Amino acid sequence: MDSISNIFKGSRLGWLISIILLALLATFPIYGSAYTIILLTAIIMYIILTVSWTLFSGPTGYISLAAAAFFGVGIYTMAILGGELPLIAAVAAGGLISFLIALGVGAITLRLKGIYFAIFTFGLVELIKHLLLFWEINVTGTRGRFVVLEDNNTIFWIMLGIFAVLMLTYYFIRRSKFGLALQSIGENEEAAAHLGVNVTLVKVITFGISAFFMGAAGAIIATRWTYIDPYVAFNVLFSFLPVIMAIFGGMGQIYGPVIGAAIFAYTEEILLTKFPYYYMLTFGIILIAVIIYLPDGLVGLIQRLRRRSLGGQHANT
Amino acid sequence: MFVAALNTVINGLLLGGLYAIIAMGLNLQYGVARVLNIAHGEFIMLGAFITWAMYTMFGLNPLISLAIVGPLVFIIGFLVQRTLFTRLRVTAPSPGAYEGSSMLASFGLLFIIQNVALQIWGGDMRAYSYYNFGIKFLGAVFAANRLIALVFAVVIGIAFYFFLVRARLGKAIRASAQDPTTAGLLGVNINLVLAICFGLGAVMAGFAGILLSMCYPIYPVMGLEYTIIAIIVIVLGGLGSIPGSFIGGFILGLIGSIVSSWQPSLSLAAYYVLFMLLLIVRPKGIFGK
Repeated sequence: MDSISNIFKGSRLGWLISIILLALLATFPIYGSAYTIILLTAIIMYIILTVSWTLFSGPTGYISLAAAAFFGVGIYTMAILGGELPLIAAVAAGGLISFLIALGVGAITLRLKGIYFAIFTFGLVELIKHLLLFWEINVTGTRGRFVVLEDNNTIFWIMLGIFAVLMLTYYFIRRSKFGLALQSIGENEEAAAHLGVNVTLVKVITFGISAFFMGAAGAIIATRWTYIDPYVAFNVLFSFLPVIMAIFGGMGQIYGPVIGAAIFAYTEEILLTKFPYYYMLTFGIILIAVIIYLPDGLVGLIQRLRRRSLGGQHANT
Repeated sequence: MFVAALNTVINGLLLGGLYAIIAMGLNLQYGVARVLNIAHGEFIMLGAFITWAMYTMFGLNPLISLAIVGPLVFIIGFLVQRTLFTRLRVTAPSPGAYEGSSMLASFGLLFIIQNVALQIWGGDMRAYSYYNFGIKFLGAVFAANRLIALVFAVVIGIAFYFFLVRARLGKAIRASAQDPTTAGLLGVNINLVLAICFGLGAVMAGFAGILLSMCYPIYPVMGLEYTIIAIIVIVLGGLGSIPGSFIGGFILGLIGSIVSSWQPSLSLAAYYVLFMLLLIVRPKGIFGK
């Protein structure tokens, strides 16, 4: 018990604010408009993808481009199981299948270094997409599938629930011994192994956990899209958006990916409706600008500004 | 049976020649400049579309386009490396971080070039007819333009190899690949050499685009597929090994041709399976050290 109360100590204010925010969001369907609910659902979905990406790639430094693969697996799980299982069970199944695939993929690929891992995970998305397309055309004789339709508010609440569980998981991993082990892998993998960290196990499990949330988010959003095919479900953009949103927000602090994804997803919705033809072009420009000018993201920018405003009081400016 | 097998082999070789020079260009960019340029395929697309536009508007011979596309994409590649990637390289905390950030930035470059092309040329498939008649060889038939493409690909590939081995600039490039710091101490202007490398890689892509446009229909989003093929070839042939890429290109072309003759829609999936197996079994590639 002592260790648990230690974890909570010192951040009571943060907990209070989070719980109030979450309660405000949860009651939102009572007074919010339908459009805002849909917009918020999309934003929370991006936050889930970004935070679960950061959960693994942030501390370890392995750039995973497999987000679209796990997200798509979730979408297809819902398309196939949607009518057969209760909604919550189908969402959990989407997460679980993604989790299992991630364990398998992680076990064979996580010994690949740096850039190779990124290419491999990118290839995974394309491989699943092409195999599925082949299967759908030649075996089931269809190209797309219809997904059971759900009420907008239900989708919103489930998405919010996934988000809450994810944030708790993220928080406890970061504050635990497991999180420290993960961090040490990112700093120096060999040294971590020498200190007795089971490097492969820690990496594979974290990769799996991050995939679980991506799969669950995919499963629930599928019920809003109603029609899917392999190109829609395994769109590589969903591999890149989480990376960019995480870099944009900054991965140093727990709230970095959240605000990064929230701001970015909101801007994206605006851009997409106002300038549909220039959307991807703008996206490319923002991507490059963020990498050049905001390598530590918004969090880094905030910290730099804060340091500068404090700096005036000290001699070492 | 014999004719079918011969057809498959000839098709594989014709395809392989293009893969070879595409991969040599990317290998130069990644092997020396350490940029895994995901936008490589976009330079192929640019080369193909400029050639198509010249041919349909002025009736310009595609082979003359080599002299126009070459300098143009070289300048684009040179400037991109000089501005974007040099900045990232200088500010990166470690070589590993630079590889990650430059790869992500090249994805941004892909979206920019691709969407500018979509704005200019629209999303339709384009093609033109150039030496489009059949040549018979022991019963197998293939189009004359593909033979021209293969011959030019082989000539360009070999010329490029001898440039790297014999020319003074080629030696500077190889020195920079082995040890940038020492090469810099010995008087090699690293930033200039890296920019030239990136430009030359783009030129190889542009040339491949010209040769491609003679044989296949082209469209603005075609690039990524060729980038992925190029990545697979350089992993197959070995990172930094230019002859490895050349031979690897032909090997992948043959594999693609064999799979396509059996199940055309699975050839890309077969490339990925091969690629994943390679990464797991022998990430250094066949010719890697």
